[in-house]
Amino acid sequence: MTTPSQTVGPFFGFALPYAGDWELVPEGHPGAVTITGRVLDGAGEPVPDALLELWTGEPGDRAALGRGGAGVSGGSGVSGFGRCGTAPDGSYRFRLAPPSRPYAALLVFARGLLKPVRTRVYLADAPDPLLDSLDPARRATLLARPEGHDVYRFDVRLQGEEETVFLEF
Amino acid sequence: MTHPPYLYPDYASTVLRAPSRPPLEMKEDPEAAELTGPVFGRDEVDPLDADLTAGHAGEPLGERIIVTGRILDASGRPVPDTLVEIWQANSAGRYAHQRDQHPAPLDPNFTGAGRCLTDDEGRYRFVTIKPGAYPWRNHPNAWRPAHIHFSIFGTAFTQRLVTQMYFPGDPLFAFDPIFQSIPDPAARERLVSTFDLDITEPEWALGYRWDVVLGRTPMEDA
Repeated sequence: MTTPSQTVGPFFGFALPYAGDWELVPEGHPGAVTITGRVLDGAGEPVPDALLELWTGEPGDRAALGRGGAGVSGGSGVSGFGRCGTAPDGSYRFRLAPPSRPYAALLVFARGLLKPVRTRVYLADAPDPLLDSLDPARRATLLARPEGHDVYRFDVRLQGEEETVFLEF
Repeated sequence: MTHPPYLYPDYASTVLRAPSRPPLEMKEDPEAAELTGPVFGRDEVDPLDADLTAGHAGEPLGERIIVTGRILDASGRPVPDTLVEIWQANSAGRYAHQRDQHPAPLDPNFTGAGRCLTDDEGRYRFVTIKPGAYPWRNHPNAWRPAHIHFSIFGTAFTQRLVTQMYFPGDPLFAFDPIFQSIPDPAARERLVSTFDLDITEPEWALGYRWDVVLGRTPMEDA
């Protein structure tokens, strides 16, 4: 008897974000990459009140909430989990150590989403059971586009022609 | 049928945000990142974070309440040490959020955000005040029933749940498209807390019980 989902609504901003929530690794961490992009609605307009959560599948050695962005003593400060609310232009960002899997898992919550959408950000276009099951146009929606050597662009299109492939487990 | 659909036109914001294609059902993959999830440490969560009436210069206005219950997995087993975050409007129905324009008073002694980790038996417990109903602009004369937002992690990213807890007997249920978006009336009722005299503390606070059952983890043993 699963408990049903309800929308995160527009007013989570004073409760869910925390200092350094988008930084899974500290600035200057060797090999760190940034994933950034925008969340767009069916009219192509930015979604300024979405909350994204990224999970690499590896817990790392830092407390996930990392209160105040501080690391756990003795660790290198790597977390597998991050959270980012979108800016007025619909943009978000995460700084992370490249995951050992070819992808990171992504959840998007927003007003107007009665349940979250779930997808994956692939940092490389390589053979993969999920990617290989998709036609080229759909496959492309899961591929982050490199911009420079340590930045990847990944937009989430909630609805429409280039709608991101969303997943269900 | 437990969860609402993405598109529910009575809730106007879904119209341009609901995906138009059904989600792709993932093939079983024991290596999937989504089968694990972040782990939160005791030292990350201050026990005072579970008391939303504390931390300000004075007492908040409103009806003081205790909200408690258990987080369970799909097999009914308690989920210990999982992070539960809540947020809510104050007793006048106003959020401490800059974009909330409802002309009801802010309460300088109430922010309305809290969090805790569940104990060994999957139990959470918050002390707060009963939130007020508030208007929104979804349709003419639209009001949200009083609710507390809940965010729960579970043990796998697939179990991640964000939802809302309601209070028994709210006359606004019938008019609220967010509540009504859940197709099965029995499932809707699972979002309604129960008044509990055993949780109620004499001369101090009313008690409400609300248990949460997280979704099945793929490949989980039954």
